[in-house]
Amino acid sequence: MLLVAPLVLYMIVLYALPVVTMLLRSFNDPTWSLVHYRELMDDSVFFNTLVNTLYTAFIVTLGTLVLGYPVAVALVRAKKWAPLIIVIILLPFWTSVLVRSYAWMVLLGRHGLINEALMAAGLIDRPLRILNTALAVYIGMIHILLPYMILPIANALRQIDPSLARAASGLGSPPWRTFLQVTLPLSIPGVAAGGLLVFVLSLGFYITPAMLGGPRDITLSMLIANQVDQLNWAYAACLSGVLLATALVIIAACRRLPGIGNAFKMSAR
Amino acid sequence: MAPGVRDTVSSTGSGASVSLAGLEKSYERVGAVNGVSLDIRSGEFLTLLGPSGSGKTTTLMMIAGFEQPTKGDIAIDGTSVVAMPPHKRNIGMVFQNYALFPHLTVAENIGFPLKQRGVAKAERAKLVGEALELVHLPGYGGRYPRQLSGGQQQRVALARAIVFKPRLLLMDEPLGALDKQLRENLQLEMRRLHADLGITFIYVTHDQEEALTMSDRIAVMNEGLVSQVGSPEDLYDRPCNRFVAGFIGESNFLPATVKGLEGDIVIAECQGAVIRATCPSRPSSGSTVTLTTRPERLRFADTLNGSAQSMNRMAVTVTEAVFAGERCRYMLKAADGTMIVLKEPSSAAIRRRTVGEHAEIAWSVADTILV
Repeated sequence: MLLVAPLVLYMIVLYALPVVTMLLRSFNDPTWSLVHYRELMDDSVFFNTLVNTLYTAFIVTLGTLVLGYPVAVALVRAKKWAPLIIVIILLPFWTSVLVRSYAWMVLLGRHGLINEALMAAGLIDRPLRILNTALAVYIGMIHILLPYMILPIANALRQIDPSLARAASGLGSPPWRTFLQVTLPLSIPGVAAGGLLVFVLSLGFYITPAMLGGPRDITLSMLIANQVDQLNWAYAACLSGVLLATALVIIAACRRLPGIGNAFKMSAR
Repeated sequence: MAPGVRDTVSSTGSGASVSLAGLEKSYERVGAVNGVSLDIRSGEFLTLLGPSGSGKTTTLMMIAGFEQPTKGDIAIDGTSVVAMPPHKRNIGMVFQNYALFPHLTVAENIGFPLKQRGVAKAERAKLVGEALELVHLPGYGGRYPRQLSGGQQQRVALARAIVFKPRLLLMDEPLGALDKQLRENLQLEMRRLHADLGITFIYVTHDQEEALTMSDRIAVMNEGLVSQVGSPEDLYDRPCNRFVAGFIGESNFLPATVKGLEGDIVIAECQGAVIRATCPSRPSSGSTVTLTTRPERLRFADTLNGSAQSMNRMAVTVTEAVFAGERCRYMLKAADGTMIVLKEPSSAAIRRRTVGEHAEIAWSVADTILV
């Protein structure tokens, strides 16, 4: 217990205290009331932003799942090449989000690499508008968050006893059915863990949507930054409270879902 | 599966015959198979017995289709299956670690092979119920594998492997993870199942006692080759090489020199005594050979009142005497220092030998094998 004391102290002083202070501001600025929250309820900008944030997080989670699952399978099946694949997956981690978002701006812009290549190939006549759209946000966020999906799934897949797939095929199940009936259900703990991680991280994303998105693709974190710029501290604190509460509700809900709740226990084992 | 041909899990069908011809699997790691040829008869209980790394499991995996042979052929009922993927071979398989699907109930596990074969739900439920009866686990269908003991899990795995009425059942050390008493119970149950189902069993184990109790025939494997194939009695009474004699049961090995032949009997000189041995081959006179005998077939000559005359006899010195309840175990030293083990059924009427005592042992010619 004594060994964790420094960390606990660190977390209290530098994390818990600021969060509580910040949240308090949403209740007691200038006097104790729920007035800021009541304002939120009537604010259509806030409501649209919340929906957009959740929707973006959902699309990004789905995108990382669809793109990441096959990579996780490949990672687990590759024996000799596994270390190389891990390096490739983690490579983006060693570059800052800011740099990567700039890179996407270069790639996706009107005169970016993608548009130039498509035009050169004669597939399009005029450059596509990708940058400053929701699509650019999805592309950028999926790219950044992919490792968070791949690694938990790969971990779950690795824990599946290889004799189960053999047993299934010996019992008459062709490979694709073995995948659907055995491998996929047994990897759900990893999918749940990865999905939750990506979803919750997506909720708080700021740099990527701010740089790649259009004027209408506002997320909660952008709204918060915007309010802080206007020195509207109480309203910003209020939005932060909503963001935190949303993340907590989603985590709690996932733990309670039948099946997925078990998955948490299984992955904790 | 053809519905209606055999309606119940336990109704008797015929087993598949399996023929292995020059089967090879090269590996960098242990467990290579270096040319196994074996004909397994329809309805037979055949055990592949051998130490770890002898290639027995690899051979089984090639029959199941999980490993591709480097060379050679596998035919089931005369049809080569080498090019056939495992899911089309219609073979039941029981794994050492049970390999039950943890996310499915016992009933869903057992119903799994039926589902793959498109058996309707009602029929499936009926067959699963029967399979559970057969392995003495009625009413366990709704549980999950993790809620069962090891022995129960293995019964479920067994039920799952036979519910779709395969004509061939492969078992890879299925009782290896269980304790001794449970193992003995399940051995008897598997024998009974084999008799009831009439299908061919191929069983892999490193436990010679298990192989002797359960099998119709045993193929002893060593270093990727079949050392000897035969009934348990054949292997125990007439081992044809030193490996088999040493691996199955306990054996004494005595160096000897061939003096001559007398019909099927080899006359050899061993420790200054003339020993007669049975031998399948005809060794040339003067060659150096090894004779083998089982400890429990040796007797002290003075306990045999006269019938020892026609037997092999040898003078020894007692170096160790251990009373083990049902029998006494003696370590004896022959003239040149070769150690011989003798096991004597214990009886209050027999005098126990003391260490340092000189004695003469005797054993019958039929129990003396030249390997």
